Amino acid sequence: MAEQTRTKRRRGSWRRIPERRLLGGVAAGVSARTGVDITVVRTVWVLLALAGGFGVACYLAAWLLVPATGQRTNIGSAALTDRTGITLAAGLASLLIAVFVLMSLVGAGWVGSFAWTFVISVIGIVLISRNAPADEQVTLRRLADPFIGFTGDTRRSRVALRALIALVLLLAGVTTLLLGHTSTALLRPLAGVALVIAAIVVVLGPWWLRVGRDLVAERQARARAEERADMASRVHDSVLQTLALIQRRAGDPQQVVQLARAQERELRSWLFDGHAPGSMAADTTFGAGVRLIQGDVEAQHAVTVEVVTVGDCSVNENLEAMLAAGREATVNAAKWSGVQVISIYAEVEPAEVSLFVRDRGRGFDPSTVPVDRRGLSESVRARMARHGGTATVQSVPGEGTEVSLSMPRAAGNGSPSPSPSPPPPPPE
Amino acid sequence: MSAPRGDRPRVFIVDDHGLFRSGVRSELGNQVEVIGEADDVEPAIAGIGHTIPDVVLLDVHLPGGGGHAVVTALKATHPHVRFLALSASDAPEDVIAVIRAGARGYVTKTISGAELIDAVYRVAAGEAVFSPRLAGFVLDAFAALPAADQERPSFDPELDQLTPREREVLRLIARGFTYKEIARELFISAKTVESHVSSVLRKLQLSTRHQLTRWATERRLS
Repeated sequence: MAEQTRTKRRRGSWRRIPERRLLGGVAAGVSARTGVDITVVRTVWVLLALAGGFGVACYLAAWLLVPATGQRTNIGSAALTDRTGITLAAGLASLLIAVFVLMSLVGAGWVGSFAWTFVISVIGIVLISRNAPADEQVTLRRLADPFIGFTGDTRRSRVALRALIALVLLLAGVTTLLLGHTSTALLRPLAGVALVIAAIVVVLGPWWLRVGRDLVAERQARARAEERADMASRVHDSVLQTLALIQRRAGDPQQVVQLARAQERELRSWLFDGHAPGSMAADTTFGAGVRLIQGDVEAQHAVTVEVVTVGDCSVNENLEAMLAAGREATVNAAKWSGVQVISIYAEVEPAEVSLFVRDRGRGFDPSTVPVDRRGLSESVRARMARHGGTATVQSVPGEGTEVSLSMPRAAGNGSPSPSPSPPPPPPE
Repeated sequence: MSAPRGDRPRVFIVDDHGLFRSGVRSELGNQVEVIGEADDVEPAIAGIGHTIPDVVLLDVHLPGGGGHAVVTALKATHPHVRFLALSASDAPEDVIAVIRAGARGYVTKTISGAELIDAVYRVAAGEAVFSPRLAGFVLDAFAALPAADQERPSFDPELDQLTPREREVLRLIARGFTYKEIARELFISAKTVESHVSSVLRKLQLSTRHQLTRWATERRLS
């Protein structure tokens, strides 16, 4: 969801977006600003980089001069105070210029065509690597790794072998290319280009692999974080709720024992049999899930839950999350509304599934709910958002509260059971 | 609604549980005039035919046949007697059957005394009274097979479908909104809400829609 809001934001000044960066977040910034897909932006940038290094210089300049989101100053302004860095950059640049001048004097004039982009890039790399925030420096180092003497790779013999092969390929390629201009054979330039590319692959291939692996690892970490959030809201719904109930009914030992037993059973079946708390057997329907909520909440909170369902379908992961959110909303109503009757209305339509939980209780002002109250924000809203649904809460102090949940039924999102008839009877 | 009126509706209660009948009687208090009771289909038909009440509170389930048997038996001879179905928890097909037979509404037994009195007055005035559950049943019945019946087209296709507005009103009733709240939500008058509900009731009763019957049978079978 966060991703969506970022793609939507198009106004305001141009910012780099470090959260979505591969390198410096420049492409992400461009994509957010223009609305062009980020992959397209990146592709264009790589093509520009291949065309004489122009894209590389541009990218580094942007990295240096465009501030990141949430920051006012760019890296360049920080670099202005970095005397050592400036000296180093100036030294390197002048050295490079000297080399290029010498080369063009010797007769290899073609190097001059990308000399200036090379100089700008080197200056950029030096300044960014010294002045960028720590995590961006790491990225840059990783990027610059293969150019700065293969640091970090301890197996020198292997590196040397790779460098040797690359050198041979490169030489062969360049020679073929240079000779190709005088001869008429059409295939020669192609072969030359192929050899040069092979040389680049030999040198940079392992590094590319590593970058790819890192990206995969990052994605896995994100998935794990999401799983943790899911687990946290489950624990909140079951264990924490029960503990709160036990505290409230401390005076009634029998109730407490009953609650503790039920919770223990639920927790065991979650931990050891893989049944999520509040979830049902895999083959139940949405309507049955709603009635399960009705039964549980009525039993635990001594309120009446009136349920109306229209249509039905089988439950998948998304709808299970929706039921969990609905359960949380119902429990909330039972605990806070102060009335004895809560209405649930569930409707399964071809395009979406909706669930409404309504009470005529004391209501509240949604803007005054503390941010840390997990119930509504995390268990209901965020849970729905994580599974592609929406949740809205309407409440008027003194009149009651209604929580509306809806979940689109995309392809595979809950196959319809042969409505109107309820689910087939269980086998005898 | 709170003060007793001069023209209190005359009410007849049909339910097989004596305890429930006396409970309803005391809840209605002196707001209405309870003129009779019956505990089964036969005595109900006789009693209602004899006393001619304004409103009959009718249990959906009766030992000697469903509540719809009472409605069907009296509909032709006593068209001015109005029926309000009342039950604890019933299968949708039985509720729909009572409505199709001619009852003006359906409320659940969990309804509060004040709401029940309100419902009785409404039915007496010729309005339709839909509880959230009935609204859900009706939505289900009409939504079940949205396309027109291909095999057996009915005489009046308009009767076979709910308008989007009617559907909207029913959904709000199912969500627990009162007529007044629905009117506010949809920016229409409470009178208009009532006419939508009456129109749904009419469709429910007059539709020859094959599906409606089939829906009921299918539910009963499973």
